[in-house]
Amino acid sequence: MSVETKSSEKILEAVNAAIEKYGAKQEELIPILNEVNRRLGYIPTEAMEQISRRLKEPKSSLFGVASFYHMLSTKPRGRHVIQFCESAPCHVVGGREVFEALKETLGLEPNETSPDGKWTLITTSCLGVCSVGPVIVIDEDIYGNVDARKVPEILARYV
Amino acid sequence: MKYYRSHVLVCVDPECLQKGAHELVDALQDELVATGLIDEVQVLETSRIGGCSLGPEMMVYPEGVHYVGVTPDDVPYLVEEHFLKGRVVNKFQMPTTKIVDEELGAPTQKEVRIVLRNCGKIDPENIEDYIAEDGYQALAKVLTEMTPEEVIDTVLKSGLRGRGGAGFPTGKKWQFTRQAPGEIKYVVCNADEGDPGAFMNRRVLEGDPHSVIEGMIIAAYAIGAHQGYIYCRAEYPVAVSTLNIAIQQARNLGLLGKDILGSGFDFDLEVRMGAGAFVCGEETALIASIEGRRGEPRPRPPFPAVQGLWNKPTNVNNVETYANIPQIILKGPEWYASYGTEKSKGTKTFALAGDLNHTGLIEVPLGISLREIIYDVGGGIKDGKAFKAVQIGGPMGGCVPAEYLDLPLDYESLAQAGTIMGSGGMIVLDEDTCMVDVARYFMDFTQDESCGKCTPCRVGTRRILEILTRICDGKGQDGDIELLENLCQEIRTNSLCGLGQGAPNPVVSTLRYFRDEYEAHIYEKRCPAKVCRALIRYEILPDACTGCTVCARNCPVNAISGERRQTHVIDPDTCIRCGICMQVCNFNAVVIE
Repeated sequence: MSVETKSSEKILEAVNAAIEKYGAKQEELIPILNEVNRRLGYIPTEAMEQISRRLKEPKSSLFGVASFYHMLSTKPRGRHVIQFCESAPCHVVGGREVFEALKETLGLEPNETSPDGKWTLITTSCLGVCSVGPVIVIDEDIYGNVDARKVPEILARYV
Repeated sequence: MKYYRSHVLVCVDPECLQKGAHELVDALQDELVATGLIDEVQVLETSRIGGCSLGPEMMVYPEGVHYVGVTPDDVPYLVEEHFLKGRVVNKFQMPTTKIVDEELGAPTQKEVRIVLRNCGKIDPENIEDYIAEDGYQALAKVLTEMTPEEVIDTVLKSGLRGRGGAGFPTGKKWQFTRQAPGEIKYVVCNADEGDPGAFMNRRVLEGDPHSVIEGMIIAAYAIGAHQGYIYCRAEYPVAVSTLNIAIQQARNLGLLGKDILGSGFDFDLEVRMGAGAFVCGEETALIASIEGRRGEPRPRPPFPAVQGLWNKPTNVNNVETYANIPQIILKGPEWYASYGTEKSKGTKTFALAGDLNHTGLIEVPLGISLREIIYDVGGGIKDGKAFKAVQIGGPMGGCVPAEYLDLPLDYESLAQAGTIMGSGGMIVLDEDTCMVDVARYFMDFTQDESCGKCTPCRVGTRRILEILTRICDGKGQDGDIELLENLCQEIRTNSLCGLGQGAPNPVVSTLRYFRDEYEAHIYEKRCPAKVCRALIRYEILPDACTGCTVCARNCPVNAISGERRQTHVIDPDTCIRCGICMQVCNFNAVVIE
């Protein structure tokens, strides 16, 4: 099984919902892209074309915005997205060991998706929960005080 | 309305949830039902209180007792002692720092809470709680008794300076924006708190959102704006939702919208979310992002006060700056200016992180010494280790060594020591920290976050990172230190915005105070703190090893060999220096050479 790409129908539905929510205005571009990204897990080229037409904005500037911000993805992602906090407070309390363990266990480098479409590993900037570092976030679940040995056990909770 | 004799506020921010805050709430409810106290004691959920690292935490009112580390198993005992017998349970009391009203604080009290005064004390999702704490009274005073000029004058007199880090006098900024020609003006709140390890603004937004909203309405009145935006980073979803609830509640009470409090003044607010870009904390980049474009900075002048959002005069202040305003109006500029030093007035919030006993948020009067913060408020260094340095001001700040522990904390002294106030991140580093590794770490961050618009920052930070990486990998060359110094100077003077101009600071400051560590890495191929992997070796002490095989079984690359009950040996060529063997060994037989 490979990484799931979205059907045209689903893409159109997500774009419509986002534009309906925020309005077809250029200044609402980032909220619209955020919404599509949230609904589909990434922003497919087809969605970009749709938004470009509706907002009357060139595709190049849309792509410029989508590729600028870390949280917007132009590539499909796995079923579970693991965010590793690479900030200093996590780093000084043992973050590097956790990151090594994650990469080792998953066989992934940052920004890669596993061939079975299950995992995507990305890094994130500070999440502000520094006093329980090192921190990883899987989908919407925050794990604090993680150490390298806990990694396999945490990953095993996801199917 | 029902009356309770006691209220228990349990912190349910992500950190405390991690530590079982919901389970604690459930256990409290059950126990109060079981003991028949449920009609006398009310359990509420609140935002951060301040003992983040010791959570789950709760406050009990009216006594104002701060409990930390209570597990569901402790609840029956706690309820019996505190609510039945009326005795405070000392073993759960928050050590050292206590939440006190700043006016009641004894002179020795290190902390003064102005910005954080309501955090953990009120329900952030209920505007009435804020109003009960004198909320929106400053707004009423401003709209009914003061002219915009008088408001600006008050802020000027208070000596308040921008809490986003640069320290520009807030009153002056308001004055410039008011005087700038143009009918349409905006106020913007910079809530893009991206510095790693800094979470002061998140706490205010999640714990006391109305103080920021009230400060913004007052600013809007002073400069003549009718629309405002709060730009909040997407990494803070809870803050965004709390803000939206607060704005809606303020609208419902006529505190936002048309004809506020019948004064004829109109103002409304909107929350804008980022999408993950550190540079958007820079004000011109932030403005570009609100406009729906790539968050890239542009040269200043023109400053936003003259040409900001959609080219209209715009006042951009940080969350903490706005949160100070209502108190300054209510209690007077002289009261505010009585805290702090001659040039740095008032208080500042800091997020303490790193190798400290008590990490978390603090608010202290400016001018306090680093020693007082680290040893008195922060409880000293973890595990009795020695203090090495403190990184102040985030990735654009610098590392300050032990000889500056008595430095008074104000904008000017910090600049002299080679760092900046910044937004208030403070990462304390103990003796086991490699300063070259720290500098490399921050450069990794800035080169990643560099927006790429100007060459000195885009290319320069990458080059510095390459040199630092090579030094940490044991491949440092003669001349690397001089090359670094040169590059830092170029980047600092030629970059477009604060990100590039500040990017060399961690390298410059570590070179200034810890040059010997750089030299040890380059010339002796040695990492004095035993951190850099290429320069260390794990070894097993034959005398201490019992041959229990735990290390060999846990080694991810099978680098450890040895028979049961025989001394084990690590093969240095296979070893990836992950340190797992050292963590799992029960006999302290694994050491770093």
